[in-house]
Amino acid sequence: MDGLLRAYLPVLVFLGLAIIIGAVLLLAAVVVAVRHPDAEKISAYECGFNAFDDARMKFDVRFYLVSILFIIFDLEVAFLFPWAVAFKDVGPLGFWSMLVFLAVLTVGFSYEWKKGALEWE
Amino acid sequence: MIGTDLTVILPELVLALYAMAALLWGAFRGKDAEAPLLFWLTPLVMAGLGLWIALEPQATASAFHGGFVSDTFARFSKVVVLFSAAVVLLMSADYLKRNKLLQFEFPILIALSVTGMMMMISAGDLMSLYMGLELQSLALYVIAAFRRDSARSTEAGLKYFVLGALSSGILLYGASLIYGYAGTTSFAGILAAAKGEAHLSLGLLIGLVFMIVGMAFKVSSVPFHMWTPDVYEGSPTPVTAFFATAPKVAAMAMIARLLFDAFGTATGDWTQIIALLSFLSMVLGAFAGIGQKDIKRLMAYSSIGHMGYAFLGLTAGTAAGVQATLIYMVVYVTMNVGVFAFILNMERDGQPVTEISALNMYSEVEPLRAAALMVLMFSLAGVPPLVGFFAKLFVIQAALNAGWVWLSVAAMLASVVAAYYYLRIIYLMYFGEKQAPLDGSMPAIHWAALMVAAFFMLAGVVSMFGVDTWAGAAAASLLN
Amino acid sequence: MGITAVAFYLFALVSVVSGLMVVISRNPVHSVLWLVLAFFSSAGLFVLLGAEFVAMLLVIVYMGAVAVLFLFVVMMLDVDFAELRGQLAQYLPLGLLIGVILLMELGLVFSQWSFAPGHVAARAAVTPEGVTNTAALGQLIYTRYIYLFQASGLILLVAMIGAIVLTMRHRTNIKRQDILEQIYRDPAASMDLKDVKPGQGL
Repeated sequence: MDGLLRAYLPVLVFLGLAIIIGAVLLLAAVVVAVRHPDAEKISAYECGFNAFDDARMKFDVRFYLVSILFIIFDLEVAFLFPWAVAFKDVGPLGFWSMLVFLAVLTVGFSYEWKKGALEWE
Repeated sequence: MIGTDLTVILPELVLALYAMAALLWGAFRGKDAEAPLLFWLTPLVMAGLGLWIALEPQATASAFHGGFVSDTFARFSKVVVLFSAAVVLLMSADYLKRNKLLQFEFPILIALSVTGMMMMISAGDLMSLYMGLELQSLALYVIAAFRRDSARSTEAGLKYFVLGALSSGILLYGASLIYGYAGTTSFAGILAAAKGEAHLSLGLLIGLVFMIVGMAFKVSSVPFHMWTPDVYEGSPTPVTAFFATAPKVAAMAMIARLLFDAFGTATGDWTQIIALLSFLSMVLGAFAGIGQKDIKRLMAYSSIGHMGYAFLGLTAGTAAGVQATLIYMVVYVTMNVGVFAFILNMERDGQPVTEISALNMYSEVEPLRAAALMVLMFSLAGVPPLVGFFAKLFVIQAALNAGWVWLSVAAMLASVVAAYYYLRIIYLMYFGEKQAPLDGSMPAIHWAALMVAAFFMLAGVVSMFGVDTWAGAAAASLLN
Repeated sequence: MGITAVAFYLFALVSVVSGLMVVISRNPVHSVLWLVLAFFSSAGLFVLLGAEFVAMLLVIVYMGAVAVLFLFVVMMLDVDFAELRGQLAQYLPLGLLIGVILLMELGLVFSQWSFAPGHVAARAAVTPEGVTNTAALGQLIYTRYIYLFQASGLILLVAMIGAIVLTMRHRTNIKRQDILEQIYRDPAASMDLKDVKPGQGL
């Protein structure tokens, strides 16, 4: 096992432990807990009357807009990581290359700001 | 180093910078009311770039470690793409305004999409090919759904997006297989890796097939054409006009670039696939168009068929074949620009109509326009002595010289079948039943585009205005 | 079998199974959650390959952002997924056929796989000895692959414009917060002091 994977061994152990603990707790609930379900107990609580309709409502499309704009800037930030790590090696070209990249996205950012895409209402 | 690279990609750079500047201008200064300025300025920039690329004498240059290639082939295709996009954009402002779709983002998205097309055409590397393709497609998905209040348009956008994403996935899969075999993504490296063997190694071959499948989606070649009729019908008409012209040229150039630059030593392997695509497209385009009642759907099947003929030139695997394909694409684009200039103005009582039957007895309303459309329809059908006929003749000749006898016969038969639906339009215009006429108005730009396209179909017989010799030089630069 | 092999088979199995569950689970929200698991186990596979950065990208961007976006989309659509599932049986044979063909092609490729003679020498971007994966990427992306890097910036820009063009609606007739107006509002502009004499009123 080389150095890199060795460094990730604790994560793997942690992951295994997390899965085991999670599974044990779930199983324990199934095995140990007392359950006497009936139709009324498992129905949705609606303050004394029957549920009108499904609790699921359509989400507004604005949530989608916010999250897609978030993803775009998330990706932009993802590009910053290797740049920061290799900052001493990339030289002036790498530096300006990133600045141009950021400028392109800033153009987009100012567009969405002026367009009002960041306002909720 | 970076300086020389930048000079090579200067046209793309200018277009991208223009798009960003226009975006900022649109956001800060102009609102949609001032959008018409961009509808003029963007075509002007594109046409200017086209002229610049066409006139600037330049040897073959490559930039960014071979990721970007600028040769005569690339310049030829870019000029066709830039001019067709510019003309379509000029024509779209009027339609969008009448249908309350005038937004300043439209020309910007087109400009960015054209930037992507130019990157595709000049790709010298699988990665830059993919980046160009995505830049192009992403902007196209958006403008397909541009009329977002219409279920048809959003359906078109969604369908195009889902199938386009699928095809991009297939293309990437093929690219990764090719990379796995060759160890490099550059076309020159792939060519070197594939050299020396009579047939491609199986992994490389399947990678190539996957890539061809992905790209066949983009040019809407059968059997990957399913999206075309629905997207053509559902999108706003200027968008349909755009889809039918510039992206097709770019995708066709990209296919030729990949096949010859990266797999030029294995023509025997891929010509079979291209021949099959060509055959199926020609036949389906001919037969499926017959029953159509909507002219946009008809143009979709027509473009499917025409892509088959364009592929026919590539099946030859020779410089003559590539030249024939390039000429075919130029003629195809010109005809489509002309026809869509007409379709954009098919209106009755201010409402756009797309039924073919609306053309009944159109010759009585506007004899000159009807005559121009007749010329274009004859040319689309490939009736001699129009340019459309010679374009078909060139590709069939190229295929025959390479020994594709059955395919050439099929091409001729398919063109006879397809002639039916083109001639039916002419029949309706001149001998149909009398009915409420279409509105008579037509902006000068549309009128000019229609007439120039029709004129080219007639005059091109005498002289192709140097397109043919330039296409020959372009083909030679691709194959050397 | 070393720990590496165990981890590999574990992640591979989980990603295949969760990929399958994405397709067949009845509830679309569950599908998205299975997708998160698939992303996560693929991230594990990337770590095993030594591609740390891609693995972390998968965790941050895909699990953190894309999956959330998918959840929004699922909740946004007013589609009766149960009904949609009903049609699954109809398309299953065709889908299976295509799947089997793809699988056969893959099998064919990997049974006959060979590398080009010079493929090791042809590789353009090998991680240098003693440099971490992320740093090696950083040394290449911004300089050697600057063209592709800037192109991806343009693609992100198009995505931004597209999302706004397609989904943003400017509602009228609603109250909006105008921060500048609030800041510039002062007592002089909005208050009027009147001296009211007793017994007289205004």
